[in-house]
Amino acid sequence: MLEIKNLHVTVDGTEILKGIDLSLGSGEMHAIMGPNGSGKSTLSYTIAGRAGYDVTEGEILFKGQNIVDLSPEDRAAEGIFLAFQYPVEIPGVANTTFLKEALNAMRRHRGEDELDAMQFVRMLREKVKELGISDDMLKRAVNAGFSGGEKKRNEILQMSVLEPALAVLDETDSGLDIDALKIVADGVNRLRNPERSMLMITHYQRLLDYIVPDFVHVLAHGRIQRSGGKELAQELEKNGYAEFTKTDAAA
Amino acid sequence: MNTQTDQILPFAGILEQAAASLPGADLDWVRAMRIRSYDRYVELGIPTVRQEAWKYTRLKTLEDTVFSPYHGDSNQTVDVLPGIHAASGAGVRLVFVNGHFRADLSNQEELPAGVILENLAATMIRDSNWLESQIANPLLGAAGSLESLNAAAMHDGYVLHVAKNVVVVKPIEVVFVGGLSEGPVASFPRNLIVLDEGAEARIIVHQCSAGTDASFSNTVSTVSLGQNARLSLATLQEEGDDATSVSTTQVECARDSAFDSMTLSMGAQLSRTEQHVALAGEGSSCRLDGAYLMRGSSHCDHTTLVDHLVPNTTSNEMFKGVLNDESRAVFQGKIVVHPDAQHTDGRMLNKTMLLSDRAEIDTKPELEIYADDVKCAHGATSGQLDETALFYLRSRGIPEAQARNLLVQSFLGEVIERITDDVLRDTITEKVVGWLPTGGQSS
Repeated sequence: MLEIKNLHVTVDGTEILKGIDLSLGSGEMHAIMGPNGSGKSTLSYTIAGRAGYDVTEGEILFKGQNIVDLSPEDRAAEGIFLAFQYPVEIPGVANTTFLKEALNAMRRHRGEDELDAMQFVRMLREKVKELGISDDMLKRAVNAGFSGGEKKRNEILQMSVLEPALAVLDETDSGLDIDALKIVADGVNRLRNPERSMLMITHYQRLLDYIVPDFVHVLAHGRIQRSGGKELAQELEKNGYAEFTKTDAAA
Repeated sequence: MNTQTDQILPFAGILEQAAASLPGADLDWVRAMRIRSYDRYVELGIPTVRQEAWKYTRLKTLEDTVFSPYHGDSNQTVDVLPGIHAASGAGVRLVFVNGHFRADLSNQEELPAGVILENLAATMIRDSNWLESQIANPLLGAAGSLESLNAAAMHDGYVLHVAKNVVVVKPIEVVFVGGLSEGPVASFPRNLIVLDEGAEARIIVHQCSAGTDASFSNTVSTVSLGQNARLSLATLQEEGDDATSVSTTQVECARDSAFDSMTLSMGAQLSRTEQHVALAGEGSSCRLDGAYLMRGSSHCDHTTLVDHLVPNTTSNEMFKGVLNDESRAVFQGKIVVHPDAQHTDGRMLNKTMLLSDRAEIDTKPELEIYADDVKCAHGATSGQLDETALFYLRSRGIPEAQARNLLVQSFLGEVIERITDDVLRDTITEKVVGWLPTGGQSS
């Protein structure tokens, strides 16, 4: 599904990612953990194609195609979704309108028929019911005045509507209390399926109690330092990132 | 550049040329007002950028174009008249072409009893005494040069008088069509709105161009709100690229009255919309909102002055605009809280989004406070499109051009959502969407 090879990324002239290798199979859930400043968010933005994140070396293969030169919207249409750490507030644009525009833009890109208002609303109602999201949240402007938990739930709703093949969840747990975290984790778990891969980026082990990954990778100094199963997360919880934050960390 | 003295004063001698044919030529007070105002105009001259109030707006067109007043052929056919509520011809609408009233295009029926809506020339004939009592501007001594020029040269305009406790439910639309002439033409509309105690009305003014000729319009509107009266005034300025449009609105609010205004500026080569509100009665309030969309080399100027004269008055201003290409906008907002005006609540906000690095905004919010127990706030920001928001939308599959448009709509939405008339709000939203560039732009 996703294969990252020797990825080097420079932001504002500084190299942040220094040779990432990562491979996600269909339906797999991977967690990337790491200390602050390790390059976690850079990796998520680079996969989604944000301007200013320059790939200087290496490639990102998605379904076998190198996507490094694709625009963010083209990557989205190909099936990549990034759940933002800080979802952006867009006052004056209703959530429903936004979702419909996004879905139909992607459908057009893929040569599929657009959904009309009726079809869209019917589909949306089902998604909303599954995720326990209120109608009120749909009518309000995108994320405007939403609580932290509502914003993250809205990201999950977008994922559910856009049905990506790859979802990158950037610090989805940040800023959430335990109740909000459970709701969001429940939403993510519902969206797991054998055709959908997920890359979960987090600083804290806590999230992994609710969304259990198949693989865990430790990112520090712009490289994957260690990979393992879910037990690696527990080890990190016990020992912290000290082992990986030394400046002379393993090459 | 030329100094004031080596330049011929625009419209010099205008009264000698036309006084006899102007409305009210047989009324002593009108003739005296014209002469007095003309003298003041000559004394003051045309505003220049050396004056603080005109520092950012230069009336260049008056330096290099000779406009002839009143010469527009007012009988020309106008193909399409703008209208929102009156679009089907069913609503109340007054139409002025090059400043001339066009009864054949207007519809003054369907108004409730107690409402007078007519053109100024008609009021001069029907009730000259009442008009004199309302129009004689107590501030005339301090009138600016353009107001004085208007008072000297005023030709026609609309007059609305709503009697005590009469509520005009349907909005009244007034259309000023310019640019329909052979050669540059000037017009001097003069409007008067008087709402007696407890009266309510809504007015939508369209300023537009039907032809492509250069035009200069200098409008003065006087609004007088009685106790507990409410007026909502929307101005949709969509004039052509060769139009220069300056307008001054003077509003006096008595106790518990409310004045709401919404100005949409999206046309003209140069426009200046000046509003002066005197909150003269306790409990009175005003809301001055505006949205501006400029492109090419257009220039718009919104200048406001709110005087809080007595205790417990409220003002709220929000002007938001989007500038593309080499366009330029000016915002000058001033709130003055006079010594007696305790418990004033005054707010003013100006935000501009620059879509091009050649566009320019000059913004000057000012507070002058002489009372000690007040709540006042002002702010001004300018910036570009938020790159994070743009990325957010694009990461959801929305193409860049469409994402940019959504963000501009979102930006202006804050002020457009304050419009309470659903039909007007939808119309303005449509105009904004229509204005947006549709082509793909690269960042």
